[in-house]
Amino acid sequence: MGVAVAIQQLVKCFGQLRALDGVSLEIAEGEFFGLLGPNGAGKTTLISCLAGLARPDAGMLKVMGYDVLADYREARRCLGVVPQELVFDPFFSVRETLRIQSGYFGIRNNDDWIDEILANLDLTSKAHINMRRLSGGMKRRVLVAQALVHKPPVIVLDEPTAGVDVELRQGLWQFVQRLNGEGHTVILTTHYLEEAEALCGRIAMLKQGRIVALDSTSNLLARYSGHTLNLRLANDRCLPDDLLARSSNTQGYRVFRLTGFDEIEPLLAEIRQAGGIIEDLRLTQTDLEDVFVSVMQEADGREGVAAR
Amino acid sequence: MTGFLTLLYKEVLRFWKVSFQTVAAPVLTALLYLLIFSHVLDSHLQVNGVRYAAFLIPGLVMMSILQNAFANTSSSLIQSKVTGSIVFVLLPPISYVEFFLAYVVAAMLRGLMVGLGVLLVTGWFASLSFVAPVWILLFALIGGGVMGSLGMIAGIWADKFDQLAGFQNFLILPLTMLSGVFYSIHSLPLFWQQVSHFNPVFYMIDGFRYGFFGVSDVAPIMSLVVVAVSFIVVALITLALMRSGYKLRN
Repeated sequence: MGVAVAIQQLVKCFGQLRALDGVSLEIAEGEFFGLLGPNGAGKTTLISCLAGLARPDAGMLKVMGYDVLADYREARRCLGVVPQELVFDPFFSVRETLRIQSGYFGIRNNDDWIDEILANLDLTSKAHINMRRLSGGMKRRVLVAQALVHKPPVIVLDEPTAGVDVELRQGLWQFVQRLNGEGHTVILTTHYLEEAEALCGRIAMLKQGRIVALDSTSNLLARYSGHTLNLRLANDRCLPDDLLARSSNTQGYRVFRLTGFDEIEPLLAEIRQAGGIIEDLRLTQTDLEDVFVSVMQEADGREGVAAR
Repeated sequence: MTGFLTLLYKEVLRFWKVSFQTVAAPVLTALLYLLIFSHVLDSHLQVNGVRYAAFLIPGLVMMSILQNAFANTSSSLIQSKVTGSIVFVLLPPISYVEFFLAYVVAAMLRGLMVGLGVLLVTGWFASLSFVAPVWILLFALIGGGVMGSLGMIAGIWADKFDQLAGFQNFLILPLTMLSGVFYSIHSLPLFWQQVSHFNPVFYMIDGFRYGFFGVSDVAPIMSLVVVAVSFIVVALITLALMRSGYKLRN
């Protein structure tokens, strides 16, 4: 398997802000790759640099071996981007939009493939309708179609399901999974962690322009594996320091990560000894959201240490 | 080549789909100018041995060409920047030179189309001659190119519609109105005659008018040189902006 996307020491600044602070990343051909991070972490900036929408201040980016600046024509031919914002050209119908987009990539007479994309995205009946008259969900589908007109080997979806109804989300994922099955590399940024968990084979987590975790989804889940015990305590502060250090605080709950159920009894005993009064207790399996929260908190901790 | 041609086609289709507003409206505006000014002045005035209405028509045609060439590139760019649809032309493998040429050629075409429209509806009101049609076409094309390029600079620079309107109202409109569309600069006081010589639009109008009547305020070859140099300068500035990615790729 070749390398679909290679990024080395990428730096992008906006004034004083280092939006990307030395990001290095390799994505193999055929991967379904997730890019996660809170708002402002640099996900969209990373994609903009990859797509040539923003010029990096330092570092190197390649798509299918082509440098995005030096060999921009080849690099852009290899890349299909579904932008985050719901943008459209109000002057044209759906078919005109897709024909024009094909032409931009140097492709004439692309109607067979356009018809296939339209059918797959359930847009056939809308082909002749002006973009202005489409609903938000339909416009989103056209954006996906536009990214695919030139059959790019690498497809980037920047939060494609934000504000999209469940039915479209399911349909979209089926289609994207099929494309991935046919060999397309897919890079996805999303806020829906369950989507990333279900779809992505590997995940990078970004925070403040740096990669704070990069591993296969299964490894990430395993690293924070097992179950968590979530307790809501009436008197949270009475816990001794070692218990506080072993747990995290999420939405009013003390969260203890367990490697086995036999840890529960001694833990509860310790809390009782410290005088803790339990108001609510939940036992849950680790999901990507827990991993995400843990990774972000660890990153915070590291920064705290560095700052001192 | 296909990328360039598609972008050119898209830019032409964009104004053609709203041609009532982009072609018919400026033709009507020019017609109103002609009706009002020629009604008031035609029987009293001759300029360079030509009746006022006949003198005015080429000026109006050229003014329409220039203003619409500017409007086409600038409004297309600001609209797609504000709505975000500019990404559709930034993502494909289109070079900045192709991008520039497609937008400017589309602007020249809109200018020519409006200019032809103005000529057709106003030509009835005066007897026009076409002494040197090649000059007419040359000035129309290069003049449209200068304004199309300036429109690109304005469209790239402006972040909001009102900034663009400022550019249009405080730079383009005075330059075109004070360029001799409505008068020969020989009727101005000496100081303003000299000031007019620093306005490149004056040479566009004067050279264009020469193509009709064979008379002009300055030698047409001199006008052609000024207009061509203006085009080269403005085009190079536009290309340098686009090459740097200023506001478009940032």
